[in-house]
Amino acid sequence: MNVVLPHLPALQVVIPLIAAPLCLLAGRASLAWTIAFLASACATAAAAILAYQTLHHGPISYHMGGWAPPWGIEYAVDSANAFILLLVSGIATVVLLYCPSSVSKEIRAGREHMFYCMFILCLTGLLGIAITGDAFNVFVFLEISSLSSYALIAMGSQRKALTASFQYLIMGTIGATFFLIGVGLLYMITGTLNLADLQTRIPQIQDSRPLLAAFAFITVGLALKAALFPLHLWLPNAYAYAPSGVSAFMAATATKVSLYVLLRFTFTLFGAEFAFGELPLHWVLLVPAVIAMFAGSFSAIFQHDIKRMLAYSSVAQIGYITLAIALASQAGVQAAMLHMFNHGLMKAALFCALGCIFYRIGSTRIEDMAGLGRQMPWTFAAIVAGGLSLLGAPLTAGFISKWFLVQAALEQSLWWLVVLIVASSMLAVVYVWRLVEALYFKEPAAGRKNVREAPLSMLLPTLLLAAANIYFGLDTRLTVELTGNAAVLLMQGHM
Amino acid sequence: MTGGSLIALTLCLPLLAALAIWFVGNSPNQRDAVTLITAGALFLVVLAILPLVLADLPVELELLAPVPGLKIAFAVEPLGMIFAGVASFLWIVNSIFSIGYMRGNKEPRQTRFYVCFAIAIGATMGLAFSENLFTLFICYEILTLSTYPLVAHHKNDDARRAGRTYLGILLGSSIILFLPAIIATWVFTDTLSFATGGIMTGKVPHVIGSVLLLLYLYGIGKAALMPIHRWLPAAMVAPTPVSALLHAVAVVKAGVFTIVKVAVYIFGLDYLRELALADIALYLAGFTIIVASIVALRQDNLKRRLAYSTVSQLSYVILAALILSPLSTMGAALHIAVHAFGKITLFMAAGAIYTAAHKINVSQLDGIGKRMPWTMGAFTIGALSMIGLPPAGGFLSKWYILLGALEAEQMFALAVIVGSTLLNAAYFLPIVYAAFLKPEATDAQDHEHGEAPLPIVMALVITASATILLFFFPDLALHLAGMLVGR
Repeated sequence: MNVVLPHLPALQVVIPLIAAPLCLLAGRASLAWTIAFLASACATAAAAILAYQTLHHGPISYHMGGWAPPWGIEYAVDSANAFILLLVSGIATVVLLYCPSSVSKEIRAGREHMFYCMFILCLTGLLGIAITGDAFNVFVFLEISSLSSYALIAMGSQRKALTASFQYLIMGTIGATFFLIGVGLLYMITGTLNLADLQTRIPQIQDSRPLLAAFAFITVGLALKAALFPLHLWLPNAYAYAPSGVSAFMAATATKVSLYVLLRFTFTLFGAEFAFGELPLHWVLLVPAVIAMFAGSFSAIFQHDIKRMLAYSSVAQIGYITLAIALASQAGVQAAMLHMFNHGLMKAALFCALGCIFYRIGSTRIEDMAGLGRQMPWTFAAIVAGGLSLLGAPLTAGFISKWFLVQAALEQSLWWLVVLIVASSMLAVVYVWRLVEALYFKEPAAGRKNVREAPLSMLLPTLLLAAANIYFGLDTRLTVELTGNAAVLLMQGHM
Repeated sequence: MTGGSLIALTLCLPLLAALAIWFVGNSPNQRDAVTLITAGALFLVVLAILPLVLADLPVELELLAPVPGLKIAFAVEPLGMIFAGVASFLWIVNSIFSIGYMRGNKEPRQTRFYVCFAIAIGATMGLAFSENLFTLFICYEILTLSTYPLVAHHKNDDARRAGRTYLGILLGSSIILFLPAIIATWVFTDTLSFATGGIMTGKVPHVIGSVLLLLYLYGIGKAALMPIHRWLPAAMVAPTPVSALLHAVAVVKAGVFTIVKVAVYIFGLDYLRELALADIALYLAGFTIIVASIVALRQDNLKRRLAYSTVSQLSYVILAALILSPLSTMGAALHIAVHAFGKITLFMAAGAIYTAAHKINVSQLDGIGKRMPWTMGAFTIGALSMIGLPPAGGFLSKWYILLGALEAEQMFALAVIVGSTLLNAAYFLPIVYAAFLKPEATDAQDHEHGEAPLPIVMALVITASATILLFFFPDLALHLAGMLVGR
């Protein structure tokens, strides 16, 4: 173990990175799946150990290839990104567990190993973004995760998946380019790419115009990747037409990682003082966030495709996270981190459950689902648990993050915000109810009287995620402690 | 057994019953036996808690605390004891009635019906025993959700529309008004626990306190204060056992119970006296009492008339709590129990008439007393209790509310009570008169029928007798109500 432990930060990324070409070489679906699953399980274990270490022994700095920063690439792990690593790798593992049946149904035969290759590559990218302490490295991993996700979405079974993927490709590339321009400007004026190093140099050039430009480019670029309203247009189609497993994985993790980078850059790199004091980031984030909460939920109510409905709901939920960030307080950052995690759980559970339904009836449209709740009771139970969590009902994970968000707003006496948060939750009640009503209280269509429950290999991971929504609503020690720690670190500007 | 495990039992029994009913759903006899046995056992467990409460011993159970300070915890106090006792006793009676009614009318989806019913009772128990507003809110919402399938039971357009109204108003009011009130209470007082004397004194400015009072009054939609009352008449599309136990006892009483509990243990009567708005709120309750009675007068559908009568009677409890004298608070607690017995009798009578004679309108009831003497006899007792005449229990609570109004010199409340008593008489007595004294009407729909099936008649007789017994032996209820105000 002594050989492995010091290199965990590197292994966190390297294991899935190596697994990706192996999947491709494997050629057979089952073998590729085994490789992908093992790699992802190892990544989860590594993330868990890292989270434990950061919580008890403080942050870890790892120098790639022994080259000391700022010349070499540094991997910096603290509670903030350990938390994200845990979320991303954990969700990936559960979703992979879920994948075999759904992939063999949705992906053309002979291409399944490519699916797993792309999936694990996407995981690599997301983990890399979270763990690295180097600005340019963030861009590299951002591109790895983006390119692989374009491919994954394009593998969706409908032809519209191609246009959805293309749409995402255009928007995602613009976002990545903006981010790169920002990083380039930073490099130009500071001569360094190491985040810790950048942090010490930025205060010396506070008033320079290139810094403002860099800040603007980076924020907008990340907002695009995070699908912050009104830059969310790529998201509904991408989630709706991607294969089930991909929707679950991306909805739960991809936007969260971008939001994490936004947090990291805003609070640690530029500093809350600069972003919220000298620049009006508060309003720049707050207004779109509030609009997202309402517009996203409103759009969700009128969707007939439930995957699209959930996608619009994601836009609203990202609004909550951004709102928490906009509060620029320790409580706000904690609420944002909590909601990233909890929203990941609920969307993963819901998309997986929808995948179960798609597996049986080949559709995710609400009119096709009438009465399925009684024929697929366990899937229905998962949808109810995820739905309750989505609208923030007590005893679910969703309640915990809403509670912290409301507390953070009240800390600054923002009463009207609390009213808006509660009001938008009402909209979530409406669209979740629509789904439950269709599934349980409508009579099934003539051809759908004898739909069976989804296969166990899909059902178990789905139920596991649904149970996690309940569990993290009851026992919040892990999430609250980690995010509390992370919020302190981020706000203090620790690198 | 300790108090904590007894509470756990009251929560678990109905939920286990729900599971068991689901599993044996294909065998109606086993299924109904499970319901009856659990109802009996639940009542015994609640009875076992009673001596502990009377002896003023703590009966508490803390389950978990998801967020620091917010805990799922239960503690029994006198008011909760009254509510739980009434609800669990009436569940037995109502189950007997349900079996007669559901089989007599060959209702579909009976298994789902009994499962939801059991869950609703479990939620009611949890609500009655809640130690804090957070726990209460959760039980409140579970109660709403578990009763929705019962309201929409018939699955036709009417039922579905009514179900939407039901869910929309109850969920909406609770999330838009009740929940923010709870959050605000937490922000100002740092606690949500029910405490003797209230938690707001010295912590919440009067302006905020007034706003909170309004939020609570309208947010607790189950109390059906006008204009948040429309869900209750809508819920009458449900099978009559649902209207009887849930929409005359469990759900609506959960509403006024919560209001009394918030008034006594969150605001505190002393704090409420300092609020100028408390007087205005009293007018709102008085308005509802009178207007709902007038609306009831004009309803021909028997169940709808009863529903509006319930709206009016619920506001009695709110009015009594807002008179803010100890005697009227006792009256509020008593009225929760007394009205439950009277109104369930009336609903069961309506169900009996529907089952035996297939009649739903008041105008069809001429002379029915001769064919259904037991049913209409019980109906008469229930009506007397609504009006507040001896020897029915309704007299008791009205008496205490009147005494309290006199003590607090609330002439408005006095006038409302007197006026509504007349109105009550005006919409109930003609039914009794028509049933017994008018000659039997003959129209095309008439057919030969006798008394309702035996289980229904049994249930009716039990609740009607209980209504009278409450008048003659009020000691226990009075004692518990006295404990509530420290007398």
